[in-house]
Amino acid sequence: MDQDLINSLGDELYSAFLTRSTITPLTGRGLDITLEQAYKIQQRFIACRLEAGETVVGKKIGVTSKPVQQFLGVYQPDFGILTSGMQIAGDNVIDLDGLIQPKAEAELAFVLKEDLNGPGITAMDVIRATDYVVPCFEIVDSRITDWKIRIEDTVADNASCGVYVLGDVKGDPRKLDLTLAGMVLYKNGELYSTSVGAAVQGSPANAVAWLANTLGELGIPFKAGEVILSGSQSELVAVQHGDELECNVGGLGRCKVKFSGRSAV
Amino acid sequence: MKTTLNREAIIRLCERVEGAQTRAYAIPKLTDEYPSMTMADGYAIQTELRKRFIEQGHKLVGWKAGLTSRAKMKQMGVDQPSIGFLTDKMSRPENSVISTSDLVHPRVECEIAFVTRERLVGPGCTAEDVLQATDYVLPAIEVIDSRFSGFKFDLESVVADNGSSARFVGGGRPRYVDELDLPTIGAVLEKNGEIVEMGAAAAVMDHPAAAVAMLVNILAEMGEELPAGSFVMSGGITAAVAVSPGDHVIARFQELGSISVRFGE
Repeated sequence: MDQDLINSLGDELYSAFLTRSTITPLTGRGLDITLEQAYKIQQRFIACRLEAGETVVGKKIGVTSKPVQQFLGVYQPDFGILTSGMQIAGDNVIDLDGLIQPKAEAELAFVLKEDLNGPGITAMDVIRATDYVVPCFEIVDSRITDWKIRIEDTVADNASCGVYVLGDVKGDPRKLDLTLAGMVLYKNGELYSTSVGAAVQGSPANAVAWLANTLGELGIPFKAGEVILSGSQSELVAVQHGDELECNVGGLGRCKVKFSGRSAV
Repeated sequence: MKTTLNREAIIRLCERVEGAQTRAYAIPKLTDEYPSMTMADGYAIQTELRKRFIEQGHKLVGWKAGLTSRAKMKQMGVDQPSIGFLTDKMSRPENSVISTSDLVHPRVECEIAFVTRERLVGPGCTAEDVLQATDYVLPAIEVIDSRFSGFKFDLESVVADNGSSARFVGGGRPRYVDELDLPTIGAVLEKNGEIVEMGAAAAVMDHPAAAVAMLVNILAEMGEELPAGSFVMSGGITAAVAVSPGDHVIARFQELGSISVRFGE
């Protein structure tokens, strides 16, 4: 696969993002895409967003927990880049008009106070370099028709990242049991699911260390101030207009989001 | 609650359950013979069983709520919780080896247990009442053992079989409830070093104290109360996991420590 094809596929994903439409799976086109090529397509997709004025604000780890792996039929983690346009701030209302086929995930975000340059990073380094952790919702979205994704599709599509919302409570990871902290998810006031930090690679800090090392191999650092989404602890939750989600992390606190509008699909 | 079985039938079924429990063999579910048996009949058989054990010198130490999480109800194919009694003969110390030769289909689950310092009386008992009357909470592993063959049962039969109660292990770290946010306590169940089940305590009726209140209200329907000093297990946070000789099980809880047991012949 030459750079022209990589660029063209990245541009196709960016165009789908802009027009809130979907494209056929890249893996279904007889191109025999490797994981490495998929990440190059992702880089092109992100380059388009940066060229349009966004900045890099962090990274996300995807496909970390069993429920998500089972949903996707994908049994290894991946990563994507968080850009400034993905942050939802303020009143935590998510406008579904801007999304295609969104699903919500409850997770823990790490905000760094120091750079981390892998490889060679351990979970202990992650905690040392973390300013604070915060409960959050990531709203994943796929530019691939009907979420019919293989690992190469979701990687090329920036790990299916849509938007994310950070909760208001900040916790010091030195004062928390990130591995055993419960994750309780409510949808419209009713219990939806429960989980625990260990659902993500044994501990969310392990997932962040994995990403620091994986990116380090590619020469990409974690920068102080960046937000690292450590991966979903919950099942994927389909959302529509009027829905309210709340997650509550043991020892830490809550993040709430509301949804309004109508997604493309 | 309305019973349909006559005294003779209750005693006969009680003897059948007692034989299966004490000599560890499987029996067909009781509703095969009495298809119109009610929950009240199930509890009448369970009460008869409790009287017999107490007459034989067993000491009643508390109660357990069962089928209190959606994970458990789904696993068992039932739609309401149940209760069972606990005696000193069912108690095993933590870090011990639990024999399986006197069990039929042993399975383990992790739970939050309450020790009361005031009596609780229904009907109308609330989660708040339970928290007020609680001396301390602690983690527990329950070993359940359905005596019905082929895992074929219904709620009426399970209630008659004392809610599948078999063995229990209290341990870990006792805590005052006002120092904890019980619903967000995370729990991980490991078998032979591998995480097999995960969840948070909210999985149990949104709050484990609500399960204890439900138990007190069921006791009230039987004309009984929960005395001060009772040990009460609030129900499995996760689905139950089958165990065999040689298995090593650890339940790890946020804020409550862990409990370790091994299973032998």
